[in-house]
Amino acid sequence: MARRATGTRKILVTLAAWSVGLAIFFPILWTILTSFKTEAEAIASPPSLIAFRWTLENYVEVNARSDYFLHFMNSVVISLGSTLLGLLIAIPAAWSMAFVPAKRTKDILMWMLSTKMLPPVGVLVPIYLIFRDFGLLDTRIGLIVVLTLINLPIIVWMLFTYFKEIPGEILEAARMDGASLWDEVVHVLTPMAVPGIASTLLLNIILAWNEAFWTLNLTAAKAAPLTAFIASYSSPEGLFYAKLSAASTLAIAPILILGWFSQKQLVRGLTFGAVK
Amino acid sequence: MGRITLSKVTKSFGDVAVIPPLDLEIEDGEFVVFVGPSGCGKSTLLRLIAGLEDVTSGEIVIDGKPATDLPPARRRLAMVFQSYALYPHMSVRKNIAFPLKMAKMDPAEQERRVLAAAKTLNLTDYLDRRPGQLSGGQRQRVAIGRAIVREPEAFLFDEPLSNLDAALRVNMRLEISELHQSLKTTMIYVTHDQVEAMTMADKIVVLRAGHIEQVGSPLELYRNPANLFVACFIGSPKMNVITGEEASRLGAHTIGIRPEHLAITESGGLWRGRVGVAEHLGSDTFLHVHVEGQDPLTVRVAGEAAWRHGDEVALAPLPEHLHRFDANGLALR
Repeated sequence: MARRATGTRKILVTLAAWSVGLAIFFPILWTILTSFKTEAEAIASPPSLIAFRWTLENYVEVNARSDYFLHFMNSVVISLGSTLLGLLIAIPAAWSMAFVPAKRTKDILMWMLSTKMLPPVGVLVPIYLIFRDFGLLDTRIGLIVVLTLINLPIIVWMLFTYFKEIPGEILEAARMDGASLWDEVVHVLTPMAVPGIASTLLLNIILAWNEAFWTLNLTAAKAAPLTAFIASYSSPEGLFYAKLSAASTLAIAPILILGWFSQKQLVRGLTFGAVK
Repeated sequence: MGRITLSKVTKSFGDVAVIPPLDLEIEDGEFVVFVGPSGCGKSTLLRLIAGLEDVTSGEIVIDGKPATDLPPARRRLAMVFQSYALYPHMSVRKNIAFPLKMAKMDPAEQERRVLAAAKTLNLTDYLDRRPGQLSGGQRQRVAIGRAIVREPEAFLFDEPLSNLDAALRVNMRLEISELHQSLKTTMIYVTHDQVEAMTMADKIVVLRAGHIEQVGSPLELYRNPANLFVACFIGSPKMNVITGEEASRLGAHTIGIRPEHLAITESGGLWRGRVGVAEHLGSDTFLHVHVEGQDPLTVRVAGEAAWRHGDEVALAPLPEHLHRFDANGLALR
């Protein structure tokens, strides 16, 4: 029997959906609200939700104390750079795994995924030492390399899933039609996989933008992205909640806006292959 | 021209030999059909000729030139796939022009050839549509169009009609046959449907488990099947097989008799039985007659027949159409 959406049922479902959504979004909302409070109001108990004196002084002070634009540019360069480098490596890798699978292809895929199960802190010291010896500490290029490596398994997996959906016969048809490997990838495979590549690109920009462990540990000032910018406001004295919130809001705003505009692509990307 | 020779070609996937050593000669301009039950290796054989699979050993010669190690793009063959394999992101025009674009042909000439192919295949009104906006038959025609524009040495068809409905299949069968008449290019056609094989082929290659069971014209295979497998595979409905004492009485281990070569008589006849199911097609009637000690025999009666379920009948085979086979299933000549 088909389920019928009666009036009450619809309202209940809508309410439930909104409560879950709000519960997930609440920390971010609270951060944004706190960023408009004074430091005193930020730690007031009980806290007031919106009935406080709205102020922009935290933003003014945060801008005066640190160079937001520098950190913003670092974030942009690092997340875009690592994503593009990752795609460059992952497209051929995913192509070969999807269309010329070998006996161990499945194992390689699983092994790649297993690296994501390792706690990153386990390799912090060796990577730190390598970075120190190669002069990569606190450089954008160093972070691009490390974030590429961190996200590569996800990029390869996502592209692999997309490429798997493209019927091999179409590529064979291209070969019969006289296409070289290059023509096949440029004229047939890539245009057919554009939606998949776009979703992968977006998701990885977001992952790289939000990555905090490596960016905090491998940077000091010059190459520090927005994550390090936020962290610089968390002091042991703990009396700077409002400024910390203002810095956080400034840091997450660009990616929130990007995510908002690309949500259709993202949802498709994340659920692709789950349903045919 | 499109003469294709396979000598001692084999193919194995890992330890599994799909094609044991096989020799085959395909003459220029011939319409050759590979037919056999599913899993007999007919598609693999086609893909070996296309170059989409590498041969494990042996030689393939196309148009007098060794092609064994050539990539598919350089064999000058065109292929039509079962799934049509059209490029979904390109218009019909671009789909058909794709092989010409890959050959870096002059755009004006490309356009001229695309229009000519579209005219032949009744696709002129659909040139700017995407494959997703076409019906199955139209997609099939686009796939054929993409194959004919580049004037290949030979066409390879991999079960091209199996995704179409019955009426359309008959139409496309005729269109492909007509295309062959007008182009006179070698065509290799893979199917599991013996009706397609019988109606289209100049030469049929019957395959079983990678082995060629028999090669010949449709009527040769119908009249003189080399063995029981070919005898049962070619012809519709299937040949009746009689074994045991009845067969020995007629001087063979196994006797085959086609439904159209069994007559129903009032008196005499070799076998007596009772009519089970009667299938009335209008033009023909197929009676399934249950004979003691044998599988039901199918009898074809031209036109409408008055026999009904339960009637007792006598069957007389036409002696000149009896097929005799030995214990290994080979035809006794």
